Amino acid sequence: MNTCTKTNDSGISHRHTPKPDRLGTFFHLVFICCAMVGVVSLATIAWFLFSEGLAAFRQAGVIELVFGSEWLPPALFGIFPMIAASLISTLGAVLTGVPVAVLTAVFLAELAPKWLADIVRPAVELLAGIPSVVYGFFGLVVIVPAIEVLFNIPAGNTLLAGIIVLAIMILPTVITISETSIRALPPVYKEGALALGASHIYSIFKVLIPAARSGILTGVALGVARAIGETMAIIMVMGNAPAMPGSILEPARTLTANIAMEMSYATGIHASALYSTGIVLLIFIVLLNTGLLYINKKRVH
Amino acid sequence: MNKLEVNNLNLFYGENHALKDISIKIPNRQVTALIGPSGCGKSTLLRTLNRMNDLVPSVKISGEVKFEDQDIYAGHDVQQLRMRVGMVFQKANPFPMSIYENVAFGLKAQGMRDKKQLDKIVEESLRSAALWDEVQDRLDTSALGLSGGQQQRLCIARTIAMEPEVILMDEPTSALDPIATHKIEELMDELRKKFTIVIVTHSMNQAKRISDKTAFFWMGELVEHGDTHQVFNQPQDQRTQGYVSGEFG
Repeated sequence: MNTCTKTNDSGISHRHTPKPDRLGTFFHLVFICCAMVGVVSLATIAWFLFSEGLAAFRQAGVIELVFGSEWLPPALFGIFPMIAASLISTLGAVLTGVPVAVLTAVFLAELAPKWLADIVRPAVELLAGIPSVVYGFFGLVVIVPAIEVLFNIPAGNTLLAGIIVLAIMILPTVITISETSIRALPPVYKEGALALGASHIYSIFKVLIPAARSGILTGVALGVARAIGETMAIIMVMGNAPAMPGSILEPARTLTANIAMEMSYATGIHASALYSTGIVLLIFIVLLNTGLLYINKKRVH
Repeated sequence: MNKLEVNNLNLFYGENHALKDISIKIPNRQVTALIGPSGCGKSTLLRTLNRMNDLVPSVKISGEVKFEDQDIYAGHDVQQLRMRVGMVFQKANPFPMSIYENVAFGLKAQGMRDKKQLDKIVEESLRSAALWDEVQDRLDTSALGLSGGQQQRLCIARTIAMEPEVILMDEPTSALDPIATHKIEELMDELRKKFTIVIVTHSMNQAKRISDKTAFFWMGELVEHGDTHQVFNQPQDQRTQGYVSGEFG
């Protein structure tokens, strides 16, 4: 009896569904293919970086390359100054840019009168669309001379100039994502805080921002990714000397700038060393992303 | 003695006349239930009592709401008012922080930093909200890990911690199962000894069980207001009669 019913069921389903089934399978494959594009790209990038860059690691030695402080191709391939420059410029940009961005987001989401928000929000969104080479111009014309005057130094092309330009560049990402996550909070958080007699500002800092922090951290992660990967604007304002900067008022070269500036003429082991610079960059980005994801998850629970 | 007194209150949301010429007196240390069908204005009235309606940009209010003979809309300090007239919401809304921090939130917002005093008030408030025994060994864990009923009692504890005189409750049990609802109702029976309670409820049985006074609202009007027993057993108005007997609403 049971078996009979089963056969009957499958018989019916076979008679009625062959067409949708094929269509379903087809779309299933389309979805998988689309999803694979990203993964395959990442794998390809990692594969060619490693296949090209491993030669330099083998010849110069991992320690000498990563922790060496002299970049004198084709003899010495120490990229530690660039690692430092990348980390310092990104960290500096995040430390200065994120507070400004989060406060802007709070202002837009909670405090700004509608007409003002309608001016600030499109301006911020436009900022996101400006090509980085234009940020470079802006840095060259405004920030670099300003640093020369303010600190009384001969050349304003410094780490500090890079930090400021990067800080501005990450603003739109962090602002937009933070504002969205603050707006997405259920209104009961704010109402609950106000109903206890807390002021609006206190409620913002003690309830709304902490409640929205996972979204804000996502914005920060994207901002960090943009800052560490930025190349063009950095080359234009940071001076690009491949030596360890003694302070933020000295020129420096980031990992990305190193690759972009020398790739056009590098050959042999020199070219391979540039690929290994890319490997280091990739590893940093993976570490940063995992780190932020981890913090995010931990905080949420 | 009346704790709150509303006189000729009219409230508009934009063009929508949500409260029509409401006058009602809320007696001290009693439970007043506001009942009526959805959209009748009972929650709106509740939210005028601690000025939560201020958050709605298009709202216009005329008439007066007196709290201890002072018109709360006439330049009254809103934060001060909300400390004295606390509120518990329909859906439990603990903040995404620890149980302890939730209860201490309002006090800290007032600048209280004395750890010993905070500890003491947090414990007292949780005891008053009949939650202490369930959470005393995990005060540092997230409030979001509590059950719905526990969360609502936490919100009550958070409100009690401010030592308010009035507690407004906006359908506090509508999202809870019958057992959790029963616990909250038991709790309210304790709270009425110390606080004046105004509760909006959709459940007529709840109004009958817990309230001393009942006010019936219909399309923005206060139709009938009196002792709960009288409103349910000898309603004066046809509409009240229909609603409490379950004919509509």
